[in-house]
Amino acid sequence: MSKTHVTCTVNGEETEFLCDSNQTVLDVLREDLGLTGSKEGCGSGDCGACSVLVDGRLVCSCLMFGSEAEGTSITTIEGIADGENLHPVQSQFLKHAALQCGFCTPGLIVATKALLDANPSPTDEEARYWLAGNLCRCTGYDKIMNAVHAAAAELRGESA
Amino acid sequence: MNDISLKDALKVVGTRPVRPDGVDKVMGRAQFGGDAVMPGMIFGSTVRSPHAHARIIKIDTSAAEAMKGVRAVVTAADLPNITSEEAFVGEGPMNFRDLSCNLMARDKVLYDGHVVAAVAATSTSIARAAAEAIKVEYEVLPHVINEMEAMQPGAPVLHDDIFTSGVDPKPTTPSNVVKRMEFAKGDLEAGFAAADKIVERTYTTAPVHQAYIEPHACVAAFNPDGQCQVICSSQGHFMVRAYCAKLLGIDISEIRVTPAEIGGGFGGKTLVYLEPLALALSRKAGRPVRMVMTREEVFRGSGPTSGGTINVKVGAKMDGTITAAHAEVILQAGAYPGSPIGPALMTCWAMYDIENASAVGFDVVSNRPKVAAYRAPGAPISTYATESAVDELSRAIGMDPIELRLKNAAKDGTKALYGPTFQNIGYVETLEAAKNHPNLQAKLGPNQGRGVAAGFWFNIGGESSASLAVNEDGTIALVSGSPDIGGSRASMAMMAAEVLGVNVERVRPIIGDTASVGFTFVTGGSRVTFATGTAVCDASDDIVKQLRGRAAKLWEIDVEAVEWRDGSAYPAGDNAGKFEPLSLADIAVKSGRTGGPIAAKATVNAQGAGPGWGVHVVDVEVDKETGHVKILRYTAAQDVGRAIHPSYVEGQVQGGAVQGIGWALNEEYIYDKDGRLDNGGFLDYRVPVASDLPKIDVALVEVPNPRHPFGAKGVGEVPIVPPMAAIANAIFDATGVRMTSLPMSPPKVRAALDAAGK
Amino acid sequence: MATVHLGATLCRTYCGDIRVVEVKALTIGRMIKELDALFPGLGNQIEESMAVAVDGEIFQDTLIDPIGPDSEVHLIPKIAGG
Ligand code: FES
Ligand code: FES
Repeated sequence: MSKTHVTCTVNGEETEFLCDSNQTVLDVLREDLGLTGSKEGCGSGDCGACSVLVDGRLVCSCLMFGSEAEGTSITTIEGIADGENLHPVQSQFLKHAALQCGFCTPGLIVATKALLDANPSPTDEEARYWLAGNLCRCTGYDKIMNAVHAAAAELRGESA
Repeated sequence: MNDISLKDALKVVGTRPVRPDGVDKVMGRAQFGGDAVMPGMIFGSTVRSPHAHARIIKIDTSAAEAMKGVRAVVTAADLPNITSEEAFVGEGPMNFRDLSCNLMARDKVLYDGHVVAAVAATSTSIARAAAEAIKVEYEVLPHVINEMEAMQPGAPVLHDDIFTSGVDPKPTTPSNVVKRMEFAKGDLEAGFAAADKIVERTYTTAPVHQAYIEPHACVAAFNPDGQCQVICSSQGHFMVRAYCAKLLGIDISEIRVTPAEIGGGFGGKTLVYLEPLALALSRKAGRPVRMVMTREEVFRGSGPTSGGTINVKVGAKMDGTITAAHAEVILQAGAYPGSPIGPALMTCWAMYDIENASAVGFDVVSNRPKVAAYRAPGAPISTYATESAVDELSRAIGMDPIELRLKNAAKDGTKALYGPTFQNIGYVETLEAAKNHPNLQAKLGPNQGRGVAAGFWFNIGGESSASLAVNEDGTIALVSGSPDIGGSRASMAMMAAEVLGVNVERVRPIIGDTASVGFTFVTGGSRVTFATGTAVCDASDDIVKQLRGRAAKLWEIDVEAVEWRDGSAYPAGDNAGKFEPLSLADIAVKSGRTGGPIAAKATVNAQGAGPGWGVHVVDVEVDKETGHVKILRYTAAQDVGRAIHPSYVEGQVQGGAVQGIGWALNEEYIYDKDGRLDNGGFLDYRVPVASDLPKIDVALVEVPNPRHPFGAKGVGEVPIVPPMAAIANAIFDATGVRMTSLPMSPPKVRAALDAAGK
Repeated sequence: MATVHLGATLCRTYCGDIRVVEVKALTIGRMIKELDALFPGLGNQIEESMAVAVDGEIFQDTLIDPIGPDSEVHLIPKIAGG
């Protein structure tokens, strides 16, 4: 099987990799680039644990082939914080105890960032519909929604 | 020892610090089972039966073995043939032979998805291709999926060595009914004769999966010298070690299991599915093997919990006194014996003080995956039926459902149907908390209704180990043996910090591997905060004693004259004020010169876990066109003894309630006519998503458990018990239609409305 | 003498129709031995798959916990959980 050579940007760094035709971006991230923060909960686009941003758009990385990443800019959970400084979405998830097992958390944080980039003041309903593609089996979503709204307020510059 | 009633004196317990493992988890650094790597690792995959019931005639692995990159193939022939031996695992007694056959089918496959072979190769895609190249010849046998059909004479029999136990006379022919079980007290007939109103009904529930988002995953290495390493996500690495040893016929000392972070379990990870296979593959291949289930494998091959059929009869006087109650519960065990029938029977009337009551149950095998524990195993199924019937009864006599429950509530001194007398229970307080919640003042509109239901779970204790070491700078290393599934490292650190009188950030908790900490039973049954927490407190008490001893040496006074307060040693009694207090850090830095490192360990077999009680109130709106049920408001009150970290306690209650909402409204296993699972993915097996739900309001009730240093009771199991009945009762309140079959999905609600002409 | 209730279905095989016995024992382990002497095989059954409720408090997998001179003891199926 011949491999495809792909050049793209991952978390701000130019990255090259070789991938098989059936390898997904999630496979490449996890297996070849050592970025295991994105999780595989289903492999079929139904759980959101593998959420990444591709050119700023929220994507299930398990549904995108590695070869399709050519020329794109990908942000994974590992690229959300500014160095050691947590992004407000991350710190509010911690403050509001919005995670139990934490397996859904990377995907939810990436999806929340995408939401707040697009809509800085979502209503509760808007936020719940936006995040409906990210399954969490542990929390019942209550504390996640608290964290989302607190992060939105913080990003708007309101004191939480 | 602390006085558990003095909540105000607590400085750390009851606060909400950021959890110690949090930053790793929000940054994507936490290592879960599927993230772990071993040098030279290769990848495993499984071959699963496409048939519900079939005899294995022949397995031809030659084509797979000849493929480039394939390093090992194993079948049941590579595993020891385990003889029948009872063991107590997650759900109840189980047989090691069954566990072995469930892991890898021998002679017969008993359900769609039953593993028949496993293969390891240099990549996952090669392993999967090789799995497809393994040719299995089957003789397909007639199958049975439904538990009621499985009980009928003439049904296909799964095991020819099961003769129903608990019945007289002992049967002489094998059947699918594993056992009959019964609890009874008083005189049922007299009780029903004294009733003014009697409700009698049959209910059914569907099997549901724990549906943790992380599929089962492990990496395992079998070294040439016989030593084994396993890294995996499970609810108990000591359990994994014990089962691997048993199923592979090796000594426990040869196996070291390191717990990875675990991405949810809810009972479903109290068993092994992959680890022994990965070890068997590794032994053959001479390389470490990683195995990760696909989502479809998770649904077809692991979990779920039982579905069942429940007949209930309950009667009361017009003043609300329940005079008699009876439940008959038939539960699916899956392909091997062992449904949670015992707890289903023991919990279903536990909320009530009833003079005449009985519960009879049957454990029934059929061609489904063997059930695994799921949060309060058994209780949600039987309680859905009993709490629906009690609701109907309260309407029949015209009494408010909470008042009816208060009138008959189990209290201290109530003798439970299964024998024991309750003490230190907070059920009445929990009912009051629900009754007084502001959500109950909300006005309901057209097609809206309110439902109430209660639930009970025993909670357990058991064996746990923990150790603490005082570092040179006065910080603390805390090691426990309990996998942290929902934030328990935070509560362990908090309890240690409380006892030691230090800031919680000074305590770093980790979970030790099987070689680094003493035996610890699984994270399950809501036991960790109670049992492992007790071990942590015991070890912390020991550290305090040692710290006082060191201060006494430095001051050259008697240890009895040293007091420990707020993280420092103070001279007391005659010596009071004679010396400057010494902080933990002051003592730590001198520990080498005062007798060596300061460390302590504690092991417990904790007994007397306080039972938990929950009361849920839900408001729904029913769309009469589509049959869709929308949850408008949700209130969950629960007696938690003492909330160590209230946010994570609330989180347990909210998460459990939402799993219950999924169980009530959507989740089910659907089989086609050939006994194949039709909905083995998150698209068709629909768990609740954020947009399905409102806020989940939690009212924590704290009636402390005297058996725990801070009064904690188990929390995680109870909240999944009441939701199904609460929602069914709310649907009745909204529509006048009684839903007696789960899930109450739109087509079923629509059909019920049609049938009632609404 | 502690009063031991043998109502559980699991006891029937060993105890037949006897539902209550008085046993002289100050620990759970001793009680199990005494019961096994009365009903051979029951001891093993208790240790393998049963819990012991002493005056309402549930004990399992333990031999050393105490029983009071007038305790009420119930044998019930062992409890695990999710
Ligand atoms: S793994 Fe991509 S959506 Fe589930
Ligand atoms: S925290 Fe476990 S799945 Fe969301």
